[in-house]
Amino acid sequence: MTRLNSNARHAVRFTLNGKPVEAEAEPRMLLSDFLRHQLGATGTHVGCEHGVCGACTVIVDGMLTRSCLTLAAQVDGCEIRTVEGLAPSADRLGVLQQAFRRNHALQCGFCTAGILMSLDHYLGENPAPTEAGIRDLLSGHLCRCTGYTPIIQAALEAAAQLASPTKETSDA
Amino acid sequence: MVQAAVKPASSVDQSGDRPWVGRSIERVEDAALLSGRGRFIDDLGVQPGTLHATILRSPHAHADVLSIDTEAARRLPGVAAVLTGRDVKAVTTSLVVGVKAPVECWPIAMDRVRYVGEPVAVIVATDRARAEDAAELINVEYRPRGAVVDPLGALASGAPVLHDGFPGNLASDRAFRYGDPEKAFAEAPHRFSIDIKYPRNSCTPIETYGVIASHDAGEDAFEVLANFQGPFSIHTVIARALKVPGNRLRLRTPPDSGGSFGVKQGVFPYIVLIAAAARVAGKPVKWIEDRLEHLTASVSATNRATTLSAAVAADGKILAFDWDQVEDCGAHLRAPEPATLYRMHGNLTGAYDIRHVKIRNRVVVTNKTPTGLNRGFGGPQVYFALERLVQRIAIGLGLDPLVVIKRNLIDAGAFPYRTATGALLDSGNYQEAIVRAVEQGRLAELKSRRDAARAEGRLYGIGFTAVVEPSVSNMGYITTVLTAAERRKAGPKNGAQATATVGLDPVGSVTVHVASVPQGQGHRTVLSQVVADVFGLQPGDIRVNTEIDTAKDAWSIASGNYASRFAAAVAGTAKLAAERVAGRLARIAAGQLNVEAGDIVFAKGFVASKHNPENRIAFSRVAALSHWSPGSLPDDAGQTIRETVFWTPPELTPPDEDDRINSSLCHGFIFDFCGVEIDRVTLETRIDRYVTMHDCGTILHPGMVNGQIRGGFAQALGAALYEEYAYADDGSFLTGTLADYLLPTTTEVPEPEIFHMETPSPFTPLGAKGVGEGNCMSTPVCLANAVADALGVADITLPLVPARLAEFVRGAEPPPPAGGVTAAPMREGDRRLRGEGQAAVKGVPEQVWAMLLDPATLQSVIPGCQRVDKVTDTHFRADVTLGIGPVTGRYRADVELFDLDPPHAVTLRGGATGALGFGSAEGRITLAPDGQGGTTLTYSYDAAIGGKVASIGGRLLDGATRVIIGQFFTALARKAGGGGTTGSGFSLFAVLAKLSSLFGGRR
Ligand code: FES
Ligand code: FES
Repeated sequence: MTRLNSNARHAVRFTLNGKPVEAEAEPRMLLSDFLRHQLGATGTHVGCEHGVCGACTVIVDGMLTRSCLTLAAQVDGCEIRTVEGLAPSADRLGVLQQAFRRNHALQCGFCTAGILMSLDHYLGENPAPTEAGIRDLLSGHLCRCTGYTPIIQAALEAAAQLASPTKETSDA
Repeated sequence: MVQAAVKPASSVDQSGDRPWVGRSIERVEDAALLSGRGRFIDDLGVQPGTLHATILRSPHAHADVLSIDTEAARRLPGVAAVLTGRDVKAVTTSLVVGVKAPVECWPIAMDRVRYVGEPVAVIVATDRARAEDAAELINVEYRPRGAVVDPLGALASGAPVLHDGFPGNLASDRAFRYGDPEKAFAEAPHRFSIDIKYPRNSCTPIETYGVIASHDAGEDAFEVLANFQGPFSIHTVIARALKVPGNRLRLRTPPDSGGSFGVKQGVFPYIVLIAAAARVAGKPVKWIEDRLEHLTASVSATNRATTLSAAVAADGKILAFDWDQVEDCGAHLRAPEPATLYRMHGNLTGAYDIRHVKIRNRVVVTNKTPTGLNRGFGGPQVYFALERLVQRIAIGLGLDPLVVIKRNLIDAGAFPYRTATGALLDSGNYQEAIVRAVEQGRLAELKSRRDAARAEGRLYGIGFTAVVEPSVSNMGYITTVLTAAERRKAGPKNGAQATATVGLDPVGSVTVHVASVPQGQGHRTVLSQVVADVFGLQPGDIRVNTEIDTAKDAWSIASGNYASRFAAAVAGTAKLAAERVAGRLARIAAGQLNVEAGDIVFAKGFVASKHNPENRIAFSRVAALSHWSPGSLPDDAGQTIRETVFWTPPELTPPDEDDRINSSLCHGFIFDFCGVEIDRVTLETRIDRYVTMHDCGTILHPGMVNGQIRGGFAQALGAALYEEYAYADDGSFLTGTLADYLLPTTTEVPEPEIFHMETPSPFTPLGAKGVGEGNCMSTPVCLANAVADALGVADITLPLVPARLAEFVRGAEPPPPAGGVTAAPMREGDRRLRGEGQAAVKGVPEQVWAMLLDPATLQSVIPGCQRVDKVTDTHFRADVTLGIGPVTGRYRADVELFDLDPPHAVTLRGGATGALGFGSAEGRITLAPDGQGGTTLTYSYDAAIGGKVASIGGRLLDGATRVIIGQFFTALARKAGGGGTTGSGFSLFAVLAKLSSLFGGRR
């Protein structure tokens, strides 16, 4: 295992939403700060920095990960997905995102990126989710604006739409 | 607790050519927020060379600051400036205080700290991590004072006094009398009374505070970007503190803000602090608050002790109220406090027709975080007392609580209705709202559910609440805290200037600007609907900007996002501005179409003749004319390029000579009822059904109105069941993480059944009233009433955590069995740790005794010890690095030995302080020969711990203490050559399990 000098910056390279990225980080830099401030991927938000609120959730090598509890240096060589990679194109929203908009599943939108990442991951593995399953999954996320129900509704609607044979867009 | 299956969405209503107002259209805000392109304050770039600040904060609730040594911090590479109170004082003046008293209010401690988390130094460096490194190197010497955290305790004689200018900690004491309350009480057949302690909590937005400030020394002008939410009356407070006229403080807000709920009003002391730091550093400075700072020291709702009495007739009619409110504003009375206490002044009779009212309002200071705006603002505190009392009256008279509510409601024909204390209730039909709610919410069936549950021996209860929800604050209500004579001297304050600007550009497209500073409420969408209707356009044709820049935009002291003023005041003002432009466009078009201006309509992108719709002209053509050909406009039409309207309702008059105040413009009505079940084993409260009926006047966007109701309901549910900013008796803050301050999640929040009725307000341009705060007022007490009904108890204190319900149901917990070897806090919220144990050490007592008194040995056996200095034979100083839970930090320990009985026994007494907190402890060690040439050490300790470790590691302290003490004796035994510890023995596994519960989600 490489030993990093705590006073020096080190190159960190990984794949972000399918594209290779590289920047320098001190060993103590968190992945959340690295994404936001070194790479400019500010869609991932930080709400608590102690692993409770879920706002900073990203997907690292196919696993849901709190980027505030992960060091940037830890993800060298990994594949990372963030909210910026969800839409099929810059002017179109994915199925899940559209369902959020239709159901008013966000207000300030600060918690939303983390919730979208958790749901995107979950719906990929559970194409026919139940309300209970989604409530359980999202109990690791805090939202102060919506009272949650519209989020659950959006997730169920998106799942139904993704499962239906007539769906016309894919949710990245 | 999964319930209330989600209904299918019919949430968007975008087609057809009915008016846009009143329809749920998709929000224009959402596409960016859903794809990671929001522009929150920490997402925006900063000027190259911008420095970053961190704030060193007090671990003590009350202490004198004897000295601050910043030398080492300043020397650290990358550090640009370190500001202490003295440095801040050199460039600012005290913040204004809302009552007349010789008291100052600084954003940083001067010579004394008065709450845990109070800023003590600001460190500015090239990046945040460097600044935090430097903060660790600052040495602050404190001399602790006694602290007081309870508002009634603060008034007790002999209580520690926070400010000399507030003798007895009393910042304000006013008495009011309306009607003839004494007579009503003397003649009434019944008198009912209730004592309430409403706890501290906060709506805690997920985005924390952020400030970016710079100072232009040439012009002595500040530029500040902050996620501040208003009211912009605070702009004057900030400018004054920074010693510049208002035109030299340019305050801007970012395009997006991650929730506020009132809380981000409280960023303003930090605006002063960071602006001062920018001035001292000579460079822009950025500060983003972290979650510990936010929970500990941002701002909080007030906690309040209330005694409310009612004179009541035999049929349940309430004849008079007697309010005695003691408001706890924390350590400083910060603007706009004591507004929380007076916001509801006109509404102290709730939804009821009560003509005789007596009030005593006291404001006290305690060693807790200063208070400020928080959703519901004064409503939760008032309605908790009022609606709990209504239930007590019903029980006392053997009546159904709903009967007592109905007997007292204001008559539907009485609107506009002037309350005894001065509010002018604009409109409503409370009786009808209740009838509909009872039917649509199926109260009869809920009652059978209760009966059935009770028949099975289950704990099931039903609660009711009727609430008047005020919105659009009168900027003058706070002056009710002054006497009429003081008000005459100060000059009148009243009104609520809302502003909106509508502009047309050279291609005729429409732009709207308002100073409403939304934090997620979708203002841009609603305004596009309102203005589209006026111009006959699509919402997508209207572009709305809600950022504020005090240097360029129209604003007033009433601007901002608070007191639920958007729908009622701001959206209405935008309508007025658009109508003014439309009126002129109609005149221009009339000339071109050869018709009367009165015949003009705006529809489907055209300006047309009502009588002959074919006679029309494209909207954009008329709209652009003022740019391209002002000469061809009718002489008296004026320009149509840009129109700014200011609107203030005439109903918002200042308090009158008799202290009657119309504190708010609009008054919505809410009637809630709910059924709850309490698990007999876990004492968890489960909401079976929650029905909430709202009359908020005309509804502009049903989806957003329901969003406000749901969001407020979820926060209120948290306040009722889980949330409390908890303090130990010594003022230590105990809930510094979101694992300690528990917010409701998807598994705790059911879907409320929401019903509506629309009685338009005659006082607002659109007929709308505010809706965002109502459930924060109604839901906590509705749930409490249901729990009281389920348990059959009279006194209910929030939050209704199972441990508290256990006291109601099972009585106080018995003391633990004696003789156990334990180290546990004495009670919840008390950070005293006690424990005892034994250790076996090789070597006779004389040898062990010598080791215990030898600095070199101590240094090698104390966990994390860097050095031990022997001051005298019985006095040691040590530098120690300790990790407790998630926080590791350096501490300086000072230990003295007493009652020496060599080599048999010694008492140690000492304290430790560090950036992460402080502790004091006393221990007794006895040494006895074990009969095999070794020594048996027996020890007991009693420690108190405060500061940051108490805030965020509180739950880990007992385990961590045992670990550390265990490590000490293990190391001592090893040093002496063998042996080990017994007794209190620690389990590393248990500590790891606790740690993972802190980080591993919430289940
Ligand atoms: S910021 Fe990572 S969980 Fe809150
Ligand atoms: S939308 Fe604001 S916190 Fe979830």
